Formats: sequence, C-alpha cells, structure tokens
Amino acid sequence: MQAQITKGYSISKNGYYGNFGGAYIPELLYNNVNELVQNYLQLTQDPDFNKELNLLLKDYVGRPSPLYFAKKLSKKYGAKIYLKREDLNHTGSHKINNALGQALLAKKLGKQKIIAETGAGQHGAAAATACALLGLECTVFMGEVDIERQAPNVSRMKMLGAKIIPATSGTRTLKDATNEAIRYWINNNDSYYLIGSVVGPHPYPDLVTRFQAIISKEIKEQLLTAEGKEDPDYVLACIGGGSNAAGAFYNFIGNERVKLIGIEAAGKGLNTEYTAATLQKGSCGIIHGSKTFLMQTYDGQITEPYSISAGLDYPGIGPLHAHLQETKLARYLSATDEESLAAAFELMQEEGIIPALESAHAFAVLKKIEFKENEVVVINLSGRGDKDLDTYLKHFN
Amino acid sequence: MKTRSEILFEKKPSNNLSVFITAGFPNKESLLEIIPLLENSDCDIIEIGIPFSDPLADGPVIQQSSAIALNNGMNLELLINQVKQVRPLISKPIILMGYLNSLLKFGIERFYESCHEAGVDGLIIPDLPLHEFKNEHELYIKKYNLDFIFLISPTTENKRALELAANSSGFLYLVSSNSTTGNINENKTDLSEKVMTLKNEGLKIPVLIGFGIKTSNDFTKVCKYANGAIIGSAFIQMIKNSNNLQKDIPQFIHNLKTKTHDHSIN
Ligand SMILES: Cc1ncc(COP(=O)(O)O)c(C=O)c1O
Repeated sequence: MQAQITKGYSISKNGYYGNFGGAYIPELLYNNVNELVQNYLQLTQDPDFNKELNLLLKDYVGRPSPLYFAKKLSKKYGAKIYLKREDLNHTGSHKINNALGQALLAKKLGKQKIIAETGAGQHGAAAATACALLGLECTVFMGEVDIERQAPNVSRMKMLGAKIIPATSGTRTLKDATNEAIRYWINNNDSYYLIGSVVGPHPYPDLVTRFQAIISKEIKEQLLTAEGKEDPDYVLACIGGGSNAAGAFYNFIGNERVKLIGIEAAGKGLNTEYTAATLQKGSCGIIHGSKTFLMQTYDGQITEPYSISAGLDYPGIGPLHAHLQETKLARYLSATDEESLAAAFELMQEEGIIPALESAHAFAVLKKIEFKENEVVVINLSGRGDKDLDTYLKHFN
Repeated sequence: MKTRSEILFEKKPSNNLSVFITAGFPNKESLLEIIPLLENSDCDIIEIGIPFSDPLADGPVIQQSSAIALNNGMNLELLINQVKQVRPLISKPIILMGYLNSLLKFGIERFYESCHEAGVDGLIIPDLPLHEFKNEHELYIKKYNLDFIFLISPTTENKRALELAANSSGFLYLVSSNSTTGNINENKTDLSEKVMTLKNEGLKIPVLIGFGIKTSNDFTKVCKYANGAIIGSAFIQMIKNSNNLQKDIPQFIHNLKTKTHDHSIN
C-alpha cells in the first residue's frame, strides 16, 4: 500500500496560500465572486455533478489520457520517462478539463452567459467548445495583437459559435484580454467568468486546480500499473498561469518522494528584458485580483512579458505556485525559446510527437537535471503542436 | 482632529461635487495647473487618480488618461510631490484614488506618511479588501489622520454596506450602477431607495454617488437623496478637448452645478 499523501498546503478562509492569493476585487464584483466562494466546494463535490462531469471527461474528452513510456527519450536521458498525454484530449490540450468543469458549474449556478479570456486561443477554443456542448452563450476576449497572431484559433472559436471581442487597451495581449473580461463582468453581473488558468481572485485558483487535479490522479493510477508504485521521482510541467502544472502536481504536493518542477518561459534569456519567467524575475504584487509574483516596473506598473509561446507570456502566475516556491514544496526552472524549440524537434524526431510550444518548455529541462538510473520522470505534455506549425516551420532547417 | 472632508460635510451637507482627474494627464505637470483651477471653481472635493497600467475598475476614458499619464512619465512619487507643491494654495479636501499594487511597490507606511506630509486628506483604493484594510492599513490611516473611503454598490447587501461604512471616514462612495467608470447605465432608480434604506438602518456617514455622472441633470437628481456626486470620465473628456483650461474648467463645473439646463457633455 502507498502511504497517505499529506497535502502540503492549505487555503485560508480568505483564499490565501500562505502569503499569496486572496481576492483583490472592486466591490462591484463582490457578489459574483462571493457566490462562487459560497458554492464551488459544495457543487464540485456533489456526486451528481461529478457523475455528469466524469462521463463527459471520459466519452467527450477521451480521458483518461494515456501515460506513455517514451523509450527513446528514456534511453537518451538515463531515466524512465513517461509522458502524460494531455495533447490527446479533445481540443488538443489540458484546457478542456477546466473549461468543461466550469461550464458545467456555471450551468448549475443558473448562468447562461459565459465570458472567457484567451491568449493563444487554446482556452478560448476549449471554452467555446464546452459552451457549444452545454448550450451556453460564449463571449471570448482576446487581445488585438493575439487575434492577428493566432488567426486559426479565432476562426475555430467563431465556428464553435463564440463571439470574439478584441481587447484594444494596454498592450493588447492576454493581460489586457483578462482586464477586459473582468470589466465586462463588472458591467454584466449575470455573466459567468470562466477563467482559463489558476489565476484571478479566490476561489478561481483553487477551482481551476481542482478541475485539473485529474491529471495527477490519473498519473498515480497509471504509474501503479506501469511501475507498481504510485509515486514518480519527478513531475515536470510548463508554467504560464500554472494550471497544467497545478493539475500535474496536485496529488503529489507535500509528498517528499516526488520532486515537482515547474518550467517557466525564459524567452530570450533570464538576463534579458525578453522573458516570462515570473517567479524568477518578477516581484510580489497584485494582478487580476490575486497577490502573487508578477512582472512589473519599480513603480508597480505591470509589464508585458515575452516568450515565443503565446500561452506562457502571462505577466503573473497562480498564487499556488508562488506559495510552493516559497515553501520549497516545488522548484521552478526555466527554458529559453531556443532550448524549447530544440526540445520540440527532439520529441518529434525521437517519439513522433509534435508538442505545443508551451509543453516543449518542460522537455527542455531534461538536459538540465541529472537523473539517477531507473528514476521515474513524468512530463506533462499539456498540448499538441498543430497551432504552432508556423513557428516550427520558421525554425526548422 | 477632523479631516477637511469631515469639516466640509458638517458645514455643507448637500450638493457636494467631487471632481476626478488623473495625475499626469494631459501633461506631466498638469496637476499644478488643474488643482488651483478646481480650488477656484464651484467644486467641493478634488480627487486625484494614481495612474496604473491595469485599471480594472475604470472605463475607457480613464484608462486612456492613465496610459497617457504613464507615457508622460508620471509616477506616484512625482504625484505626491506635485500635491505637496500646490497644497498651500488649496483649502478643499484632496483625495487620492489608486490601485493597491501602486501602494505595495511604494511601501504601505511610506505611502500614508507621504500622503500626510503632502496634505492629502483621504484615500480610495477600490481593490483593497476589508480584512486587509483592517490588518495592514487602518493603523496608518489613524496614525496619519487620513480618511479612508470604501465603495459600495446598489447590490451590496445592507449588512455589508453598513460594515464598509463603519470602516470608512469622511464619506462613503456609492457607485451608481454596476459599471466601470464612465459607463452609462439606465437603471439608476434603485439608488435613492438604497440610500434611504441604509440611512434607516443607521448609516451616518455622508454618501457620494459615483461612476456615470455626466450632466447637471444627473447631478441634481442624485443630490436629492445623497450628499453629492463625483464626476470623472466626463471631466477628463472635457479636459482632453479643451484648449483653454482657465476658462473651460470653471465653466464646466458651474454648468454641472446649475440645474436649469441639461448640459450634456460628450
Ligand atoms: C498547451 C498549453 N500548455 C500550457 C499552457 C499554459 O497555461 P497553464 O500554465 O495554465 O497550464 C497553455 C496556455 O495556453 C497551453 O495552451
């Protein structure tokens, strides 16, 4: 039998993970957020809710996602490397786990109108999909710059019936799309805000973590079959806002046998201005209603991070990760654009898998860790690379 | 010691107009010109916005003024210095409004101490939660004799509204519709009811109505049940279009406070 997992963290009444988290929202959103605070635990633990969600996750999303033993990578890096195949989910990434969960929750709360933000369009597409399935109205906020950069996902969302509202304020990217979604929410209190990562005011970081926790739940079951033990030695996951990592870590947090490693996007390098490694280069402040690490100026103005991957260039990070770093329950590394591209091409050529650029960051640190023989390493392959073909082609030679 | 806002509402409980301007807009030094013009106008309270890159509770007009101000090189330290510079000429209450992140970077105690030294009278920080106000801010508000003004909305439950009021001093801010600043929203009717109910349940602090006030009609209407109102987006829009602030600012404020016509401002 496996030892009981002790959860390494708790969340306070006001939504804090240690020094991080909380709900820094204008009074105008108090009722909306409070409605969620009051209901999310009860609803998400309701047997009927879970029955309905689990059926959808199985038959619609295709869960459990396989845990694939990557033989050639394993040989190359001298460890037993398993890939958690979130890329094989319907819509192509882990984002659907959360989108379906929250859309169903919204429905239970009697909401008909869903709003969401998106950067690369992965969460937007997942939200549009969930809304189409459940018969909800979907409005997606997307930065004008991203609309241009991610045209195929824009068309995808539109075909799925979502309305796209361009965010024209600020730097016109994910940060501003999130601002616009929140402003719209203030003005349209009947909407449900379906946030895409473990960010935002309490209870969103916890809510999204819970919907993504299925990733680590399955890893444990699958490893038990494959290796005869539930615990890997390492779990690696890339970090934008931190949702796929939160899900891949969740059931291992506080378990001393498992090293949890999150990988941020270093962009052109940690020591350049062009980076998105928030935990390493940012400082503590408030972003989108949460106290956490963020990229900002000396004067507290939030700055635009950079990464080749549109899903990782968020200037903040989920408060759970800020807390896990502070308490050393997880470690955070980074990978540059170049390292991640190389890791993506390696995965294509060794294993025949085209990863999302975001996910490729997790693979890039294989080179930076000294594994002992027979150590079990799980890499969360958070999404597939169809959306990144243009970028890959540009760098392929 | 009473604050300037407390003295104002004691002497003049009704028809108070608070005017909001973003610091550093339209130019880096504009406060030095605009504050004295407001002092000599019919306005009662001067509210200064601390420019922030991500003003979540603000509509497009204030967002843009904030972006322009930041582009002009405005920052919190400069803002406080500008207030300090003009304060000897100003008798009206000066309130700063900003987002918590700006304060955190500046340093919480350093911020309140600097406000006190510059002659700022009160603060509005819309994203500061009540529990954090009590734990980390209230002692400095008391120490430096400042007012702290919470926001309530028509949908804030009465019990909570009264608790926020009990933690406010100077006045309370009732945002006139569930909307970001500058957004016009049709159903303002329930506002008077809200104020009456709260007063019946023991609300003592003066109430100003905010967000979405644009015309003298709007102002007159809300003054029937509240102690006054705040105007922001419409004022900033006027500043943006003006090429003679000396003339336009007093005129604009006079028009707003004169109820004979409906001076729509676009
Ligand atoms: C495939 C994939 N992985 C990772 C991310 C980053 O988000 P998070 O850190 O919340 O998992 C994204 C975001 O768009 C994504 O599309």
